Amino acid sequence: MSAHQSWAYTEQVKDHFVNPRNVLREENYEEDGKGLVGNIQCGDEMLVLIKVDRNTDTITDCKWRTYGCASAIASTSAMSEIVIGMPLDEAFKVGPKQITAALGQLPNNKIHCSVLGDKALRAAINDYYERNGRHDKVVREQARVVCTCMNVTDLEIEEAVLEGARTFLELQEQTKMSTVCGKCRDEAETLLKVYMQKHFG
Amino acid sequence: MTQRQVYLDNNATTPLHPEVQKALIDALPLFGNPSSMHGYGREARSKTEEAREKIAAFIGALPEEIIFTGSGSEANNTVLSITGCPATECSCDRGQRTHIVTTTIEHPCVLETSGCLSGRGTPVTYIPVDQYGIVDMDALRASITDHTGVVSVMMANNEIGTIQNIKELAKFAHEKGAWFHTDAVQAVGKVPINVRDLDVDFLTLSAHKIYGPKGIGALYVKRGVPFCPLIRGGHQERGRRAGTENTLGVIGLGKAVEMRSLEMAEESLRFHAMKEALRKGIEDLIPDVRFNGHPDQSLASTLNVSFAGAEGESILLYLDLEGIAVSTGSACASGSLDPSHVLLATGVPVEQAHGSIRISMGRENTMTDVDYLLDKLPGIIARIRDMSTVYRRK
Repeated sequence: MSAHQSWAYTEQVKDHFVNPRNVLREENYEEDGKGLVGNIQCGDEMLVLIKVDRNTDTITDCKWRTYGCASAIASTSAMSEIVIGMPLDEAFKVGPKQITAALGQLPNNKIHCSVLGDKALRAAINDYYERNGRHDKVVREQARVVCTCMNVTDLEIEEAVLEGARTFLELQEQTKMSTVCGKCRDEAETLLKVYMQKHFG
Repeated sequence: MTQRQVYLDNNATTPLHPEVQKALIDALPLFGNPSSMHGYGREARSKTEEAREKIAAFIGALPEEIIFTGSGSEANNTVLSITGCPATECSCDRGQRTHIVTTTIEHPCVLETSGCLSGRGTPVTYIPVDQYGIVDMDALRASITDHTGVVSVMMANNEIGTIQNIKELAKFAHEKGAWFHTDAVQAVGKVPINVRDLDVDFLTLSAHKIYGPKGIGALYVKRGVPFCPLIRGGHQERGRRAGTENTLGVIGLGKAVEMRSLEMAEESLRFHAMKEALRKGIEDLIPDVRFNGHPDQSLASTLNVSFAGAEGESILLYLDLEGIAVSTGSACASGSLDPSHVLLATGVPVEQAHGSIRISMGRENTMTDVDYLLDKLPGIIARIRDMSTVYRRK
């Protein structure tokens, strides 16, 4: 059969899926920071553990486990490669854009699989700071309500963009925002552009 | 060395039967319009009518009770659209009988059509199923009222293979004067079917699930049951489905059915043995598995199984790398966020639904294919669980 010349995703995704890097296999890995995000009810969950050089605040090792699809596995694997050797401040800013670039793109409906990897990493970095009493360095994602009628926040709008919303109508459909008084429409359209630029360039 | 290829996704679609392929190639030059009176038309007409007779005979119907459609989905859409129609004073007006009764495990073409009609005011009742996917007979019987137009229940489920007691369900519908429709796309050609014995008013079938070509299905409509076309604008199919006949498709369907009548009895024994070997092999080789669907009252060719801590799309793609084709009920593979509605309706926990695969055998599969799958699958599941957050090696 000649049907197997191309694969479901890119060659890079296949490579990470078949030969995942930095999978946590040790039972007694002594991490400096730990992040666990997602849940299996939704179909993916990721655990990220980091070791940090305390003198330079640089990630010296990153191990992970993922329950999820091929894109989720490949995303976590690619993320672990990107951040090893990276200063924490820089690693904190790694997002889906860098991860999907390392994977040679993911289909739009799979972008959300790559989101959890860097989210888990940020949770691990915050955990590292907290364990070391450096609470001032902990950055929490603060949600701000944009649509007061339906109580929809900027983070939910960002999430919707990552899940595939590209137009105001799609945003409305996914979040139900701006379906009552409609006053937040202008801000929603602006945020839509901002998040699309942030994640997809 | 070329890699071994094992196709185990026959509920999605099937390869053409070599005899069907031959019949299609022979029929390729046949271009006449069956509606034309001249020789070209008459030749095409005689071939399509010959196929109609074969199909009718295969399910115990009369040739004029068979309507060719573009797909099983079209046939299902057609039946539901008649019931949901609010028009009065036309041939299929049934007064206030617009209520639809169906189940929670139907194919999306039934669920979405019902959902759309419901949005336009047609009352719809969805009957739940038990842990094996068997429709709650008492709930179904109780839900049928004097306003029920049609009861639509699929004969064999595409995902878990569970087979319903259609004869009994049709009786319930008829007690209250409602019509009964069964989507038998996954059952025709796999289990013996006689529409007179089942006493159904409508039955849907499709060619590409039984080694025929894609783009052709058929709807059985019992003689005397009022009917209204979904596709209008032509006298084809006795005015019941407009559009020039897909002669090639019809001929392919006819041949596919003919081959089924010759092969299905022998095959069923073989599938039973293969399914048993698969079930036992998986159970013996892999811990923490769960089989979905009814253990006995189901298609012998379908096995649905969930693996704790392993996500379905990953399983599918690792198997694909070994040349094995299956499908999954995981959300990831479909691009939606929800796993299989069928598995959830049978009470399978969400995470187990995400970790399910469907193995559906076909006429070309042998015990060697079962052995090959059993050789590859345990390693793949162990590998996925090894990097999973929710499954630790014991």
